[in-house]
Amino acid sequence: MKKQDVLDTSNLDEQKLAELDHRIESIEGNVEEALIDILHQAQNLFGYLPYNLQRYVAKKLGLPSAKVNGVVTFYSLFSERPRGKYTVSVCMGTACFVKGADKVLNRILGLTGTEKNVMSEDGLFTVQDVRCIGACGLAPVVTINDKVYGNVKPSDVDDIIRRYKKGDEYAD
Amino acid sequence: MKLIDKKITCYVNDIELEVEQGTTVLDAGKKAGVDIPTLCHLDLHELGPVNQSANCRVCVVEDDNSGNLIPSCSQYVYDGMRIQTDSMNAVMGRRTSLELLLSNHPRDCLTCVKNRNCELQTLADDLNIREIHYKGEKMDHPVDDSSRAIIKDPNKCIMCRRCITMCNDMQTVGVLSPLDRGFDVVAGTAFHLDLDQTSCTYCGQCVSVCPTAALAERSATPNVWKALNNPDKHVVVQVAPAVRVAIGESFGYNPGDISTGKLVSALRRLGFDTVFDTIFGADLTVVEEAKELVDRIESDGPLPMLTSCCPAWVQFIEQQFPDLLDVPSSCKSPQSMVGALSKSYYAETAGVDPEDIIMVSIMPCVAKKSEADREELSEAGLANVDYVVTTRELARMIKEAAIDFRTLAEGAFDSLLGESTGAGTIFGTTGGVIEASTRTAYEMITGKELGTLEFRQLRGIEGVREATIETGDRKLRVGIAHELGNARQLLEAIQRGDAHFDAIEIMACPGGCIGGGGQPYHHGDISRLERRAAALYHIDDISERRKAHDNPLVKKVYEDYLESPGSLKAKQLLHTSYSAKERI
Repeated sequence: MKKQDVLDTSNLDEQKLAELDHRIESIEGNVEEALIDILHQAQNLFGYLPYNLQRYVAKKLGLPSAKVNGVVTFYSLFSERPRGKYTVSVCMGTACFVKGADKVLNRILGLTGTEKNVMSEDGLFTVQDVRCIGACGLAPVVTINDKVYGNVKPSDVDDIIRRYKKGDEYAD
Repeated sequence: MKLIDKKITCYVNDIELEVEQGTTVLDAGKKAGVDIPTLCHLDLHELGPVNQSANCRVCVVEDDNSGNLIPSCSQYVYDGMRIQTDSMNAVMGRRTSLELLLSNHPRDCLTCVKNRNCELQTLADDLNIREIHYKGEKMDHPVDDSSRAIIKDPNKCIMCRRCITMCNDMQTVGVLSPLDRGFDVVAGTAFHLDLDQTSCTYCGQCVSVCPTAALAERSATPNVWKALNNPDKHVVVQVAPAVRVAIGESFGYNPGDISTGKLVSALRRLGFDTVFDTIFGADLTVVEEAKELVDRIESDGPLPMLTSCCPAWVQFIEQQFPDLLDVPSSCKSPQSMVGALSKSYYAETAGVDPEDIIMVSIMPCVAKKSEADREELSEAGLANVDYVVTTRELARMIKEAAIDFRTLAEGAFDSLLGESTGAGTIFGTTGGVIEASTRTAYEMITGKELGTLEFRQLRGIEGVREATIETGDRKLRVGIAHELGNARQLLEAIQRGDAHFDAIEIMACPGGCIGGGGQPYHHGDISRLERRAAALYHIDDISERRKAHDNPLVKKVYEDYLESPGSLKAKQLLHTSYSAKERI
């Protein structure tokens, strides 16, 4: 990858950039402390944090790009790649794992036809494994966006994913 | 309440000690005569920030009160603390930490550039590691050899973060940062860009503190050997001032021992056709720079004038302060001046075709390698300097050629570009360039001979220094900064309008070139740098000539070739320009 690819922001939506600028300008106090918040807002606006957007934020805040990239790659909530409409997180904490979370994960990957952390072709799903989310009593646990599914068996997965594919995700 | 004055009592291996509050367990150990092994820890004292990341866990000792293993580099002693440094628990804890690091290390020591200089290797011996009990996944990162100056091999990275501390806290360049998480974590560049795509200044301070070979200079020695063995090439070499007070360390001499004569002899033995002195270039730089300063003062030109000898500094200002590009002196660095004159004046005088000349410089510096690549530093398609070899690389070449450095006779530089003064010599230490220039500028401005040559107010190791020097009716306001973070402070003060100077000297490395990224490793011992600097001032003290404009060969090159300081020909050969670059 060349420097120029990172400097070029022509593929980023101008209106969204203007909105981001506005939010950056309203920072009070230390910019370094505001970095995580600004990255959150950038991800909410653009859906994910491509390299050129990270560099854009770095320049606006007067920080080195490496610092911004370090923060983005540290927190699993930030994504450098486009994400599906639904983020499916399978808990891989100890309790979930011993109760078969890996089988649940594999089943979900099979049904969505994707790899971990890569958006499915239909743009609907990004599947990821996560560390303990603190709901061990419900193990194994899967979250899809803000919704929590507990005691998930591999055989339950087909039904859940089908509902999201059909678009009636809020139907229980 | 001042905590620092408070004394507390602790016990190291049952030896009772009284220490100041705020003392680390590591320092308490030293007081009790225990040299607790460390790896990630780095403390450059007055010269730089402390790397206290406590990442490697090699320095763990046992806290008897809690029974826990604690990292001694970052834990502070509390009153009544009982520390065991040699309990079975502590010794095995240290071994386990090191074995785990080694389990994910390439272990190609025999062919590694850091062989016998590697802190990981030394520790493995010190901790008596004879077997590695852990097997596991190994890192598999691409090696970055995109730049001409530095090779980055993340597979050898142990995540000590020393390089990150130097790059961010000392230099404020911010090219390196911890990236990713868990097993994948690495000291890397933004978006894993190749180094030559980033804002790296190639100052090489990451290289000089890397405990392994995760960061190392890119060697130019294969090219130099090839040139030396090509009968059609006329190979000219030049040596920077800071090399002669450091290279001896690679051959068992003490830091600061002066080995100029042996160095010249070694270069002749290696087969260089002509041996020039970069100090000649420094003397010439002083004359050109003093002339430029006087011109700028007289014509209300942009002030302050900043020195431009340091290539890492030049990269830094181009990337970080693109709106200040009219302040650096337009003078090329001494290395490039000697290169330019070797391929013009010397070529004509010696009757050699400039195309056949290969110019090699021996530098204390990694950034000089990338300076040699700058398009601005060439005439008619010929680079001023072809290959740059660091002090460390030259020591390796001398060993490779089986030359017994210690028994070499004292050689002398070739004339024409080989005569030097004490002024050019002190270019190798912080404050030296401005002191040398002041000696000449004083006489240019006042027309009077300078009484006392030493400007002691310009010497020292504080990061930012300033002084006012009486030059007749006019006071010359001089500033000095070494380390790029200090340079940033000074430049920001100028931008704000808070600082007013006529001339400023900036060097990127701690202590100046004597602490350059290409010098023999100091392994955190900054007294080595102090002794090298003292040696340069000593050479100046005993020099017959101590003002650059008194250098008879500098006078001669003006008479024969360049006409006068700042002449059209001097401008063409000895001056350069700068361009703004995007910061990444």
